[in-house]
Amino acid sequence: MTGAAKYTEDVSVEGALHAVFVRSFMAHARIGDIDFGSAVGMPGVVGVFGAGDLDLGPENSDEVPDVFARPMLANETVRFVGEPIAVVVADTLAEAMDAAALVLVDYDPLPVVVDPEEALARGAPLLFPEHGSNVAVERNFTSRAPREREPEVVVTGRFLNQRLSAVPMETNGALAVPDPDTGGLKMWIPCQAPHWMSREISKALGLEEKQVHVVAPAVGGGFGAKIATYPEQIVVAAIAHRLGRPVRYLEARSESMVAMTQGRGQVQHVRLGATKEGMITDLEVTNIADQGAYPGEGSSLSTLTRQMASGVYRIPYIHYRTFCVATNTTPTFAYRGAGRPEAAALIERAMDMLAQELLMDPVELRRKNFIPKEAFPYKTASRARYDIGDYEATLDKALEMAGYEKLRKQQQERRAAGDVKQLGIGLSCYVELTGFGTDSSTVEVHEDGSVSATTGTSPHGQGHETAWAQLVSARLNIPHERVQIVHSDTRLTAKGDGTMGSRSLQIGGSAVHGASVGVLEKAKLLASHLFEVSVEDIVQHDDGRFGIAGVPDSVVGWGELASAASDPARLPEGMDPGLSAKDKFGYDDNTMSYPFGAHIAVAEVDTETGQVKLLRHIAVDDCGRILNPMLVEGQVHGGVAQGVAQALFEEVVYDEDGNPLNANLASYDMPTAAELINFETAHTETPSPLNPLGAKGIGESGTIGSTPAVQNAVIDAVNHLGVRHIDMPLKPERVWRAIRRTAG
Amino acid sequence: MFPRSFDYLAPESLDDALSMLAEHGEDAKVLAGGQSLIPLMKLRFAAPDYIIDINRITGLGSVHENGSLSVGALVRTHDIERSELIRRRYPAMAAAAPLISDPLVRNLGTVVGSLCHADPQGDWASVMLAMNADIVCRNGAAERRIPVSEFVQGPFTTTLDPTEIATEVDIPDPGADTFGTYMKLERKVGDFASVGVAVHLSFDGRKVERAGIGLTAVGPANIKATEAEQLLAGAELDGGTIARAADLCAEAADPHSDLRGSADYKRAMVRVFVSRALNAAAAGKAA
Repeated sequence: MTGAAKYTEDVSVEGALHAVFVRSFMAHARIGDIDFGSAVGMPGVVGVFGAGDLDLGPENSDEVPDVFARPMLANETVRFVGEPIAVVVADTLAEAMDAAALVLVDYDPLPVVVDPEEALARGAPLLFPEHGSNVAVERNFTSRAPREREPEVVVTGRFLNQRLSAVPMETNGALAVPDPDTGGLKMWIPCQAPHWMSREISKALGLEEKQVHVVAPAVGGGFGAKIATYPEQIVVAAIAHRLGRPVRYLEARSESMVAMTQGRGQVQHVRLGATKEGMITDLEVTNIADQGAYPGEGSSLSTLTRQMASGVYRIPYIHYRTFCVATNTTPTFAYRGAGRPEAAALIERAMDMLAQELLMDPVELRRKNFIPKEAFPYKTASRARYDIGDYEATLDKALEMAGYEKLRKQQQERRAAGDVKQLGIGLSCYVELTGFGTDSSTVEVHEDGSVSATTGTSPHGQGHETAWAQLVSARLNIPHERVQIVHSDTRLTAKGDGTMGSRSLQIGGSAVHGASVGVLEKAKLLASHLFEVSVEDIVQHDDGRFGIAGVPDSVVGWGELASAASDPARLPEGMDPGLSAKDKFGYDDNTMSYPFGAHIAVAEVDTETGQVKLLRHIAVDDCGRILNPMLVEGQVHGGVAQGVAQALFEEVVYDEDGNPLNANLASYDMPTAAELINFETAHTETPSPLNPLGAKGIGESGTIGSTPAVQNAVIDAVNHLGVRHIDMPLKPERVWRAIRRTAG
Repeated sequence: MFPRSFDYLAPESLDDALSMLAEHGEDAKVLAGGQSLIPLMKLRFAAPDYIIDINRITGLGSVHENGSLSVGALVRTHDIERSELIRRRYPAMAAAAPLISDPLVRNLGTVVGSLCHADPQGDWASVMLAMNADIVCRNGAAERRIPVSEFVQGPFTTTLDPTEIATEVDIPDPGADTFGTYMKLERKVGDFASVGVAVHLSFDGRKVERAGIGLTAVGPANIKATEAEQLLAGAELDGGTIARAADLCAEAADPHSDLRGSADYKRAMVRVFVSRALNAAAAGKAA
């Protein structure tokens, strides 16, 4: 660590103005007069803008009816605490802040609905009365094959997959600088997909996409919450464009906790049926997805939950209903896993309930129902097409690492002794889906023998600079330190879909690989032309130089080849100048890769206080062929930490008036290293047949696999007391209450 | 947020500090460790015109015994955490210190400052209630002693005068045969207490000679569980006594429901912690 990375806030631009947003204090209200009066005259204030002052249309989404479109600044109605209403622009941040405090907004309160199930009910307050209900989207899904047989045993549950805050270390912000050359803007934005930013902002401002040049400098974490183009970013761009002056904003933490999209937020009513022998017959789910105040793109995520609801099991029949509902809360969108952790939690929790009902070991029940490894590619009843898998292998490895039998024996001993502290062992076998979109790469060797590779992915901590350089270096036999990876700049890279959804290596990396192979082929052709031999006679030596098989004296290096490639006189006929090649990679429609794994958590529960102590966490993940074990390890550790956080600690809480109750880091219980333990990790490698690297995603697996394992472990510790289910986060009081309820 | 602007004063002697305080009174706040005051100012819940920083004053930073234990106004929680004397003779203090916030706060935050801040979720007040400590205050040339039980009045409220500086906390000699502990339920490491229980016992043979119990975060101020203390004084720690004492403490608690837990959960945790502490003390006697 050098501390030298430059974040958006570190980009210094002379004369940049500071924008501070005036945000709603009310969760639902009609806006009356907005008084800018005293703010306008404050020292340093350049302008105060409301919805009517900027010519910006609302943001529509194909996922929901247009009525749900979100205005850039609230006009007429505010629908969540934190919604921006106006913006003050001043010479300094302090001046903008002081002036923003003087903007007076007249609120006429409207009835509030916070709970997504209440939002569904007849007579609930409506966020968009003209729509007639809070349901933005309703989907009904039934698997193609009819129900094979009636279940003999049924378990049902209502599972809360609670709302979470992403809390990246760096909050949201933007710096917009007018570019006189294009008549557009250059923008620095902490984001996960700069090309998407450029597309959305140019559209909003009525500019050409190439007029909005977006750079994502060092980005301090995203976790899905930096995918969306935020109204604040568009507003800042519009003001810079209008004033012809640079404008910047950076959220304070307490702003970020209400303005940044939140994740999860599902209520799942689940019914899982099986035979007496434990063979699953059917799954029925009603899923209520809380989209917050402005249902939009986030409404697509519950489709992923449905697609992955089968998990790693053969489930012949699935019926699945989804309601995407509006509530007076911060809008929800992707958060590490984005729809798939909710699916894993759903099915893995139901499997444990079924095991408990059948008095069967949860391991045995899972084994009975696994999709066998011979069955791939496998199409599930929930209509996902799994590429490849070996679920037994990951489970076997995890059980062995955990010493499962011995743990069960220790658990029995504690139960028999009636210990205050009981032991729980939780299992989760998961599968998820990764790898959407397309990406391009151009790899070019320069005359000094170095090489550069562009990528459409946009790393913000994932280590693509390292991993992509490894790919290039390995293909071209050019030392790692002579490879430069160019990313996160819309002017320097071809369009790509950024970094999210665990897509980067398999899609972006495959394009880098393909372009590298292209350069190697071109180099061989060029060498054969220079040596006047056939290309089959060209060999690459261990030092990276090219020569003729059996003729040790004739060699040409990468730099010389690059010089030759730029000299039309030395190029073979028909060869484009420049020692470069381009590749584009993406899967066919409806094709994805499906990483999988098995996690085992061991937890101790204090039955008198409900306190949970995580003792061990074993993660066996299969992300296909591993390119860089250290980077994979980093992703697993971070993912497991965030998964444990959902299981035990984090939850966004609102009161019934829609006031956020823990929108700061003093009260939002994000765990730190002090709450966590050493994770025990391992991998199996089942290469994906879908890409040349055999890779599948790993960025979200840790989050998806760990959460149900930890939740199951805690419940397993007390299920002999009659506890069947406890909702997340498993805070001491919830656990204590569950024990008391059954004991009483 | 940023604090409102203020004047910063840094006296070199206690007398100077007191005269500055006499001059500015309620417009001034005394800064010791700043671990509560600065966050309050940052949120603009406090906006004093003057800050009187007492950190340059010598003689306020020592922990020493002289018939009783004196902890000066500039003694940091970290000093208590590392003190061999405290570990040997004042186990309740030794148990509480490492559970207070995080190392950064403990490095700067002071014991006396925590008492003056009087946050009902503060840990030190419960320990001092259990140990029957007094606060020593100076006002000009006058000095007075106030039992901590009278000093802390309610949430963020003490009997300290605006022109007074708390110079030390004075803790009675616990005797040769003691037991003490501090138990804290927290949502995560470094958090304020959801529930805290301080227990201090002085023994005479098998009998409890003197008992002190302080409760954190279960009322508008830290609570001294006097009925349980009286029950325990002169008693032996058998199962029935322990259960009755735990019940009395749970009854003494007056918690309210919030994000950290419901009132009845917090009350139940007081019972569990007191019972665990007294059982540990009894086990120590039996051993």
